[in-house]
Amino acid sequence: MSEDIKGLNLTLKVWRQKDRHTQGHFETYQVSNVSTEASFLEMMDILNEQLINNGQEPVAFDHDCREGICGACSLFINGRAHGPDDDITTCQLHMRKFHDGQTITVEPWRSGGFPIIKDLMVDRSAYDKIMQAGGFVSVSTGGVPDANAIPIPKPDADEAMDAAACIGCGACAATCKNGSAMLFVSAKVSQLALLPQGKVEAARRAKAMVAKMDELGFGNCTNTGACELECPKSVSISHIARLNREFLKANLKD
Amino acid sequence: MANLDSKIPEGDLKDKWSNYKEHQHLVNPANKRKIDIIVVGTGLAGGAAAASLAEMGFKVKAFCYQDSPRRAHSIAAQGGINAAKNYPNDGDSVYRLFYDTIKGGDYRAREANVYRLAEVSNNIIDQCVAQGVPFAREYGGLLANRSFGGALVSRTFYARGQTGQQLLLGAYSALSRQVGLKNVELYPRTEMMDLVMVDGRCRGIVARNLITGEVKAYFAHCVVLATGGYGNVYFLSTNAMGSNGSAAMKAYRKGAYFANPCMVQIHPTCIPQHGDFQSKLTLMSESLRNDGRIWVPKKKEDAEKLRKGQMKASDIPDEDRYFYLEERYPAFGNLVPRDVASRNAKERCDAGYGVNSTGKAVFLDFKYAIQRLGKDVVEQRYGNLFQMYQKITDTDPYKEPMMIYPAIHYTMGGLWVDYELSTTVPGLFAAGEANFSDHGANRLGASALMQGLADGYFVLPYTIQEYLADQFNVPRMDPEKQPEFKKAVEDVKAYINKLMNVKGKESVDSIHKRLGHIMWENVGMARTKESLERAITEIQALRKEFWSNVFIPGDVNGLNVELEKANRVADFLELGELIARDALHRNESCGGHFREESQDNGEAKRDDEHFMYVGAWEYKGEDKEPELHKEDLNYQFIKVQTRNYKTGK
Repeated sequence: MSEDIKGLNLTLKVWRQKDRHTQGHFETYQVSNVSTEASFLEMMDILNEQLINNGQEPVAFDHDCREGICGACSLFINGRAHGPDDDITTCQLHMRKFHDGQTITVEPWRSGGFPIIKDLMVDRSAYDKIMQAGGFVSVSTGGVPDANAIPIPKPDADEAMDAAACIGCGACAATCKNGSAMLFVSAKVSQLALLPQGKVEAARRAKAMVAKMDELGFGNCTNTGACELECPKSVSISHIARLNREFLKANLKD
Repeated sequence: MANLDSKIPEGDLKDKWSNYKEHQHLVNPANKRKIDIIVVGTGLAGGAAAASLAEMGFKVKAFCYQDSPRRAHSIAAQGGINAAKNYPNDGDSVYRLFYDTIKGGDYRAREANVYRLAEVSNNIIDQCVAQGVPFAREYGGLLANRSFGGALVSRTFYARGQTGQQLLLGAYSALSRQVGLKNVELYPRTEMMDLVMVDGRCRGIVARNLITGEVKAYFAHCVVLATGGYGNVYFLSTNAMGSNGSAAMKAYRKGAYFANPCMVQIHPTCIPQHGDFQSKLTLMSESLRNDGRIWVPKKKEDAEKLRKGQMKASDIPDEDRYFYLEERYPAFGNLVPRDVASRNAKERCDAGYGVNSTGKAVFLDFKYAIQRLGKDVVEQRYGNLFQMYQKITDTDPYKEPMMIYPAIHYTMGGLWVDYELSTTVPGLFAAGEANFSDHGANRLGASALMQGLADGYFVLPYTIQEYLADQFNVPRMDPEKQPEFKKAVEDVKAYINKLMNVKGKESVDSIHKRLGHIMWENVGMARTKESLERAITEIQALRKEFWSNVFIPGDVNGLNVELEKANRVADFLELGELIARDALHRNESCGGHFREESQDNGEAKRDDEHFMYVGAWEYKGEDKEPELHKEDLNYQFIKVQTRNYKTGK
C-alpha cells in the first residue's frame, strides 16, 4: 500500500527450545515497522534476519509452500492454531490482522502426538504412520480400468473432495483437548469410502487407521468440534461420523 | 566423456515406445529383491517412481527434505493435468497433445519423448481415478474437463484448484502403502549432499539428517533424482521456500550434463510483489484465463490515476479497456501460451500502462464471466483461488478485477537425460522437473503434472530395468566399509565445515536476495548480450563474497536451518552463472528464452538454422568454463513452423 502508512511495532513472545530433550522457555523480542502487507511468516523472517545480524540463532519453524497447501506450517498464535483468522494456514495469515503495539505469543503445536524437535518445529511423522497403516486404495500401477468406466455421482465426488482437501498440518489434533487425530483420520477414511474405488476396503481401512492412531497415543473424540473450527481447510466433523460407521461395520464383521 | 546418444528407438513415432517395451531387458521377480534403488524427492515423479518400483519388487529408499513426502512442492499445482482422452469429443488425440506440446515448447523438445508422454497421459488419469483421486465430475458421473493455454481442446482434468495436491496425495498414498509393506524405507527431513561413484557408476548418495545433523552414506544399485526445478535461483518465485537445485548441481559436478539451463518459465498470472520483505510469489492458476479477461487501460492517464489510487478499475468503461491478448492473438486470446502472455504483460507495463502502485501489474477481470455464467458458477470453478487471492491482497475479486504480474514458475531446463531418463552418469536417472526432457523452451499449462507422473508411473519403471538387467549380481555394498562411501562422507563433512567456517557477516538470505535481483534484472523476461555478460561478472563476484562473508549461526550437529539454506544458495550461485552462460550462447528467442537481439516487431524470433539443438553443459572444474555439447533435434514426424497464435489456421 502507500508508503505513508507506518508499519506495526510488535512484541513477540516466542517459544524457544534447543531440542526434544531440553526444557523450553519463552523469549521476548521486539520487531518494528512491520508492513501490514507482510505475511505472518514474513514477519518471522524479519525477526530471524534481526537475530542473525546480532549473531544469534534464528527461530526454527516449519514452512515451505507459503501458499496454504503443503501443510508444513503450524504455530499457535495467541492461543489459536494458525492464528486469528478463519480457514487459513499460518503462512496465509497477514499482519493486517494485528494492531500496532500488540503482543503476540507464538508457540509450537502442543500435543502428545507431536513431540517438539526445536523451537516451533514439531515431529508429525505419526500422521504418515497412520497413512501407512491404511490410508490408500490397494491398487498398483498399471492394469486399472478406464477412468470413466465407473460413473460417480457428482455430490459424492464433491464430498470426497471436501474431505480430501486435508493438508495434514496437525491443527486438529493440536487443538483437540483430547489430542485426538480423528478429524485427520476421518478425512481420508471418508474420502475413500465415498468413492467406489475405495469402498471395497473401507471397513478394513477404518479399522487399521484407528488402531494405528490409538497405538501412537492420540486421544479419543468427544465431539467438541474444536478441530473443525481450527481446520484451515474446513474439513467437517461429519466425516468423523462416517469414520465411526465404517469402524462399527468393521467390528460387526469380525 | 559420454557423447549425447539420446537412444531413441527405431520405428515410426507411434511404435517407438511399444517397440522399446517389447524388446527391452527385464529383471526377474526373484532378482528384483536383490536390487536397491534410491529415489531422491517424493513429489509426483519421485513419489510415483518410488511406489511403482517398490510394487514391482525392488527395494526402495526414498529421501525428502520435507518432514513428510506429502509436502513436496507438486502439491501446490492448482489448475490441472492434461490427457488425450478426448472425452469431450472435441477433436483431441494423442497426436494432437504431442503436437501442441512440441509447438508450445517452440520446437526445442525431442519428438520421441513427447510422443511417449502424450501416449501414457491417458494411463495416468486411469491410475489416479483408481487410487481415489476425486477429480471434478459432471452430473452424469463422468469426468469433467477444462481448457488451458496453448490448446484448442478441453483436455485438462482437475480437482477444484487443488489438482497437484490431489495427484500428489494419490502418489503419496501409493508410496505409504509400500512403506507399510516394508518395500520402501522412508527418509524424511534428510537432504542429499552428494552422489557416491564406484567404478564409474553411481552407487548411492551421501545425505544429511536435518534433525541430528548426521552425515551418512546409503548404497543403491542405481539412483533416481526427482528433485524438482531450480526456480529459486531468482529468490522470488512461485516455488516453495525449500525448493532447490542442489541435487542437480551435485550431479552436474559428478559428470551429469546440465541441459538448457536458460529455459526458465515465467508464469503470467501471479500476485504482484508488495515489498522488499517478500519471501515468495503466489501463483494464480492459469485456469483463471479460461474465464478471466486480461486488460490494461487504453489511456495512459487512466493508468496513472490507478497507480495513485485516484481511480478504480470499475470506473473505466469497456471502450477504454485494452484487452491486448484478445486483440493481438485473436485465435487463442487470453489462452496464449505462458511465455507470450508474460512478455505482453511486461511490454504493456514497460510502456507505462501498469495498474498498481509499482506499475507492475495488469488486470485479470471476472466481471464478464460473472455476467455470462453467474457468480455461483464462477465460485464453483475458482472459489478457492478467489479466497486465496482475497486473503493475500485484501481485495474481493468478485467485485474488483485481480491484479497479476509474471513471476518465475518452472524450469524447463534440467539434467540431460536420454530416452531412458538416464543422465550421462551411468546409474543416475532424473525424472520430473529435474530433467530437461519434454517441454522444450516453454511448458504448456497442466503438463508438469502429466510429465511428473508419466516419468514416475509409466516410464522409469520400464527403462530402469534395462539398466538393472545385469546388475542383480552386484552384491550390496556396505557404506561403512567400502572406501568410496567413506571418502564421500568425509568430503561432505569437509564441505559443511568449510561453509560453517566462513564466519562472515552477511546472512544467507541477504546474499540470496542479491543473487535473485541480478538474475531477475539481467536473466529474466528479456535478455541481452550485455545484461547476460553483466550477470556473469556480478554473480562471480557475489560468489566470492559468499565464500568470504557468509554467516551461519549454530553448529553442524543438530537442526540448523541456516546451514541448509547456505548449502542450497552455494549451489544457486553456480547455477545462476550457468543459466546466464547458456542464455548468452543461445542468441535466439525461443519459448521462455527471449533475447532482445532476436525479434521481429516485438515477437520472438527463433533461429532454427543455428540453434535447433539441446545445449548440454559439462562441468570442467571449479571456476573453469563449462563445455557445451549439442544434441541436434531432428524433426522427422512434425513440420517445424513458426508458432502462430494469431489466426485459426
